[in-house]
Amino acid sequence: MSFATINDDILRTLRPPGRVYYAGLALALAALSIGVLAFLYQARTGMGVAGYEHPVLWAVYITNFVFWVGIAHSGTLISAILFLFRAKWRTAVARAAEAMTVFAVVTAALFPIIHLGRPWFFYWLIPYPNARELWVNFRSPLIWDVFAITTYLTVSVMFLYLGLMPDLAAARDRITDWRRQVYRVLSLGWLGTDRQWRHYMALYGFFAALATPLVVSVHSVVSWDFAVSILPGWHSTIFAPYFVAGAIFSGLAMVITLLVPLRRMLRLESYIRVHHFENLAKLMLMTSLIVSYAYMVEFFIAWYSGSPFEQGTFYDRMFGQYWAYSWMMFTCNVCVPLLLFSKTVRTNLRSLFVISILVNIGMWLERYVIIVSSLSHDFDPANWSGVYEPTWVEAAITVGAFGLFLTLFLLFVKNFPAVSITEMKETMERPAEGDPASAWPEPV
Amino acid sequence: MAEGVEILGIYDRATTAAVGVRAVLKEGLGEVITYSPVPDRALDQALHVTLSPVRLFVLIGGLLGCATGFIFPIYTVLDWPLITGGKPLISIPPFVVIAFELTILFASLGGMAGFLLLSRLPRVTGRPPDARFTDNMTGISVTCAPEQAAAVRACLARTGASEIRE
Repeated sequence: MSFATINDDILRTLRPPGRVYYAGLALALAALSIGVLAFLYQARTGMGVAGYEHPVLWAVYITNFVFWVGIAHSGTLISAILFLFRAKWRTAVARAAEAMTVFAVVTAALFPIIHLGRPWFFYWLIPYPNARELWVNFRSPLIWDVFAITTYLTVSVMFLYLGLMPDLAAARDRITDWRRQVYRVLSLGWLGTDRQWRHYMALYGFFAALATPLVVSVHSVVSWDFAVSILPGWHSTIFAPYFVAGAIFSGLAMVITLLVPLRRMLRLESYIRVHHFENLAKLMLMTSLIVSYAYMVEFFIAWYSGSPFEQGTFYDRMFGQYWAYSWMMFTCNVCVPLLLFSKTVRTNLRSLFVISILVNIGMWLERYVIIVSSLSHDFDPANWSGVYEPTWVEAAITVGAFGLFLTLFLLFVKNFPAVSITEMKETMERPAEGDPASAWPEPV
Repeated sequence: MAEGVEILGIYDRATTAAVGVRAVLKEGLGEVITYSPVPDRALDQALHVTLSPVRLFVLIGGLLGCATGFIFPIYTVLDWPLITGGKPLISIPPFVVIAFELTILFASLGGMAGFLLLSRLPRVTGRPPDARFTDNMTGISVTCAPEQAAAVRACLARTGASEIRE
């Protein structure tokens, strides 16, 4: 394999797509339309259609917010943390994961707005003084979220774009259709000179070093939306690491869910190989074990605290109104990933695909259980009898979020290189002077 | 060297091109710019590349972000003092979160600005002198005095350039 082969193979993925792609895109757009219509209905009618009832006033929308922020995390793990650890295998999957990060954060960022009674006033979140010169409350975790999510989105977009720049230049110099002009503008006139590479490599390293603490901070901040309250089930010091591990766990599952069909659709089997999936599966197994440990610690602390409210919440979580969700969550997040201890399972893409989907479901349920079961079992026993159920509007908006995410992802992979051309070339071992070019090894 | 000529040597491999760069610089034939599809250590060593000043932009951005992250919330609570939740007006722990995020945001933005400035980007009409430089070939562009042109051509040919042109 040579530089030219890599260029050809990856730029080939930008050719006009086939029926499977269009079918997938149509499905994603249909899901998005359902979500948009449901949101317009909710905006016109009012938040009552969302099924909120005291004391459960945070439910599916906040579940979706936390879920999608979590999905984003594995992209940064792969692009930044594994880069710092010089894990070369990341190269094949990094671009798709980085793009996934950006689209997941975009999807997540919509949910606090969807959750607003008057979403058209979303800009009130921006820290500026209102008509009475009163500023936003910087001591509120909801404002921390604004800063964390905005920073995460901005840095993720810049990181993705920086990596794309030389690839866009390669596309500009190869593609002949109307997109050439788009690549010309987007590549910013990249030339690949020694001066440009020197600053590029420096900045890439800094982005990796900055994104690593950022990714840990973002889901910690999201967890503090809950943990700084006094509600049993939320008020916990383990929430930050517990949420970060859960985020990476769910994100890795989503990377596998997306990459299994993607490699086949774009015919990238010689680049995204089984051992890449196996490595992702190993990381998923490790994070699953951390999450399982966090579940145990949560229950232990509830028992050890001696607080009847804390104990009641966790008893209710297992055997109360929401028992089915909790047990499904445990099955998907704790039991199913244990199958990944088997090499046969983690090197079989079909079984890996099924497991990754179950983990996605399990992690969505985890957030749902944390939010809804804790809220419905607060300090007032009079509230304990009510059972919150999501309405069709909430379900439709959730489907719409998946539609938005998949639409953006599908549009990306057909218009931009889904595997980094530059990094694939970089990870090829350079031959010693005088070696025949045919002896060049396959990329790592 | 505004009135100089520009000679382009095209190489199959970066390692060979690095030999060419060394030779041109050693013989003092002119100024060298290299073009390559990937960053290459051999070329960097030949060109005696030093640390990029991007790091200064990142540092300045980070310091500015950190300062803003503390000064901005403190200014707002002093501008309209309103005690909420019984907490002191200047509550440092929650402001650390803002300062942390803004440190990273400003450092990243500073780094990006520094990268674009130092790399002389954007230059939308810019194209490398040969389209293969973003594919599989490495190029050396030597800007030299007209009387040195023959020596540069000879040097590039001697060091393995597969193609030489002006």
